[in-house]
Amino acid sequence: MTEKPFIDIRHAAKSYGTLEVLKDISLQVQKGQIVAIIGPSGSGKSTLLRAINDLDPLTKGEVWLEDMQVNKPLPPRQYERHINQMRQQIGMVFQHFNLFPHLTVRGNITLAPKMLKKLSDAEANALAERELAHVGMLDRIDYYPSQLSGGQKQRVAIARALAMEPKVMLFDEVTSALDPELVEEVNLAMKKLAEEHMTMIIVTHEMGFAQDVCDRVLFMDQGVVVEEGPPEVIFRTPKHERTKNFLRKHLQGNAQ
Amino acid sequence: MDFDLMLRVYPFFLKAALVTLELSVLTTALGLGCGALGAAARLSRSTVLRALGASYVSVFRGTPALIQIFILYFGGPQIGIQLDAFGAGVIGLGVNIGAYMTETIRGAIIAVDRGQTEAARTLGLSRSETMRKVILPQAARLMIRPLGVNINALIKGTALVAAISVVELTYTAQRYIGSTYKPFEMFFLAGVIYMVIIYVTGLGVNWLDRRARIT
Ligand SMILES: Nc1ncnc2c1ncn2[C@@H]1O[C@H](COP(=O)(O)OP(=O)(O)OP(=O)(O)O)[C@@H](O)[C@H]1O
Ligand SMILES: [Mg+2]
Repeated sequence: MTEKPFIDIRHAAKSYGTLEVLKDISLQVQKGQIVAIIGPSGSGKSTLLRAINDLDPLTKGEVWLEDMQVNKPLPPRQYERHINQMRQQIGMVFQHFNLFPHLTVRGNITLAPKMLKKLSDAEANALAERELAHVGMLDRIDYYPSQLSGGQKQRVAIARALAMEPKVMLFDEVTSALDPELVEEVNLAMKKLAEEHMTMIIVTHEMGFAQDVCDRVLFMDQGVVVEEGPPEVIFRTPKHERTKNFLRKHLQGNAQ
Repeated sequence: MDFDLMLRVYPFFLKAALVTLELSVLTTALGLGCGALGAAARLSRSTVLRALGASYVSVFRGTPALIQIFILYFGGPQIGIQLDAFGAGVIGLGVNIGAYMTETIRGAIIAVDRGQTEAARTLGLSRSETMRKVILPQAARLMIRPLGVNINALIKGTALVAAISVVELTYTAQRYIGSTYKPFEMFFLAGVIYMVIIYVTGLGVNWLDRRARIT
């Protein structure tokens, strides 16, 4: 590929003590590309995703977003300012939503834009309304998170991330904590983003969703990317034994 | 029991109870101040501040409050600290309860789900913005009840300053025993007044806690 990658992870490694969680992973994502990361529990998927915005700092390696290094070596004070700047450009959605329970939906969405982008109340409200409409949650703008279902919470969490107008969105098993009947509404919100060509990295256990939405699938196991390729290749004709095993177990698990 | 006597002396006890109340309010304010500073130190990134906070807590929780008050009031003049009994009482009790409140406030802050910090930091908020806008508003609710427990202990603890002759409720009871020789009645009356103060304070804490929950 000649095009410069949008996200560039170079030789990422991470250990907790003697436990190597990521072993020399490199990954390039182009602008507008949608990448799924699949793999067994404990394989390092979350750790890799959380390294991208330095929530879990790497032990070794670099993460670049366009021409900026996210985990740039800087003195602590400067680094704090730098990383806050970088994180504004990297949206992230968590398995357990992590909405702010003391704020309404509106408050959840406007908090960061008001503080960090110095939007006025009117501007921030307009932004909140726009992003909520985007995920079909405008009618719940003055609710508290505790008054929402899991699927609704997750859609608000997506809107909250989008309100910072990030260049890339990271999703860490965002439907895993949901009742089955609530999964689809969240998937729909993500599909909509995909159609708008948002650059996304999606850790998921849902093979169907990965197949429908993603341009590329990475299979991780024990801290390495075992195999990667377009979904039709990974899901139909995986090369590695570990990938085959995982898919066999997983598809069986789904069928039960 | 000599109810006539109790009826005759109770107005003087109520006046003394005002001093107990005043002690309690000032001590609570000082304790909250010390507690907030102590918790900030205990949670700081600086090892020196963390060590200072930890020593504050272990020294003041590890020795009797009465000894702390004695050191301040009787020992103070030796090192150039001259305080009247009331001042020494407030400072001694306040700094003491502040050590307990340090742990209460710190406990409430670390009880807020880690995911909250992660979500805020992910949006680009700094450590201090996260603390102010996301963690503290949630921790504040969590600390109302345990701070209520601290304040309950503190109100009862004000009785200690009778030992340095602050004319509060317990001291007043002791003085009336000297003239009436009726310790049972005098201490009983004092006990009832303490109980009323504590009961009303408890109602206030419950009210605050309920209010914090609804919003
Ligand atoms: N703070 C930590 N301290 C020590 N080990 C950790 C820590 N966080 C994660 N690990 C270990 O790192 C490995 C990878 O964890 P990670 O959460 O990235 O896996 P995962 O692929 O996301 O799994 P899952 O599908 O269960 O979410 C696991 O073995 C885990 O036990
Ligand atoms: Mg995970």
